[in-house]
Amino acid sequence: MPDAEWLFDGTLGILLLVLAGAALHARSLYAAVVMFIALGLMLALTWARLGAPDLALAEAAIGAGVTGALLFSTLYKAGMDRHKRATPNRIALLLPGLAFLLLLTAAWPLPEMHSPLPDQVMAHLKDSGVSHPVTAVLLNFRAWDTLLEVSVVLIALLGVRQLYPSHGEVPTPWPLMLAWGRLLAPLTVIVGGYLLWRGTDAPGGAFQAGTVLAAGGVALRLIGVLPPLGWHQWPVRLLVLAGVLVFVAVAALTAWLGQGWLHYPTGSSKVLILLIELMATASIATTLTLLVVGEKRELRP
Amino acid sequence: MTDWLALLSWVPLLAGAFFFLAGTVGLLRFPDIYSRLHAITKADTLGLGLVTLGLIMRAENWQAVAVMVLIWLLMMGSGATTCQLLARYQQDLEAPDADKEPVHARR
Repeated sequence: MPDAEWLFDGTLGILLLVLAGAALHARSLYAAVVMFIALGLMLALTWARLGAPDLALAEAAIGAGVTGALLFSTLYKAGMDRHKRATPNRIALLLPGLAFLLLLTAAWPLPEMHSPLPDQVMAHLKDSGVSHPVTAVLLNFRAWDTLLEVSVVLIALLGVRQLYPSHGEVPTPWPLMLAWGRLLAPLTVIVGGYLLWRGTDAPGGAFQAGTVLAAGGVALRLIGVLPPLGWHQWPVRLLVLAGVLVFVAVAALTAWLGQGWLHYPTGSSKVLILLIELMATASIATTLTLLVVGEKRELRP
Repeated sequence: MTDWLALLSWVPLLAGAFFFLAGTVGLLRFPDIYSRLHAITKADTLGLGLVTLGLIMRAENWQAVAVMVLIWLLMMGSGATTCQLLARYQQDLEAPDADKEPVHARR
């Protein structure tokens, strides 16, 4: 039934625009954050409809989940009602307009245009060590981009560390919250591990798995099962840095001993990709947990 | 899959859609947080349960059925927990010293 599909997609498209407008123009910041989370969920649904389950998973976990939690915790730290709405000036309006035009010219010929890239990816998929094309692109053909992305997450944490006040005392949890958190946390480990492992031949991967694990970490911290976490503890520091360290080490070793920067030797691609993904997952999970419920304490020299 | 089962699945699907609609209307129209929670959790548990039942009738294999049942159970658990947490938080705001149970920090 093409009609029902058109109805669904049309509703989804309109809903996206309405939610985006509502997130920008909501009366209170609190309402704006709620709208933003709803927008993230609808966007995830849109990606799924467009046949991009990898992006849908990432958007649902990171765009709606973690970003929502971060926005709420920022709102709480900054004070609910103490805010001033900036009036947009002309130049600031010009920029998104320009970006919109650029994106439109890029997206307009998409239905007719046939990009040679998918065929190229499929042709070399055998050599990549994984059977899912998205993972092959992210961790083999364009591994450099992913290395930079993992670094961006690290830099974000370092930046936030300089700015944010410590997360306050975690209140005594209700028994119900305690029970539910204890039930949820192992589930996040199962789901996160599944997403990570499936990433080699199906949608999933380090970012999605790390985010799900971080949700479990935050839940455990909020119910007081985990002790306060912070940069001052060396295991936490090691976990945060593990992803970038392993990635850079692999890159340097392949450049030094092998054929080139992030050019995996044939045969060991799968092992290397799994190692990088595993470490990146641990790093992303720890970093996101710290971003939401991290303690700020200075290191003693 | 038999045709009559697919036809029969419309009953729980439509009933589920009705509960979602009723729950949403309740969420928008009810006066206080407790009745709104009542409305929205009905949509979450009963509505989703009925939709799941309808989809199970149309499922291709047992794995799909198991996944759907799992999702429903998780949603029920999270719905019930969130409802309790929100209601207690509200109760806490209204009468901070009403009970001596460990309560959430005032926000």
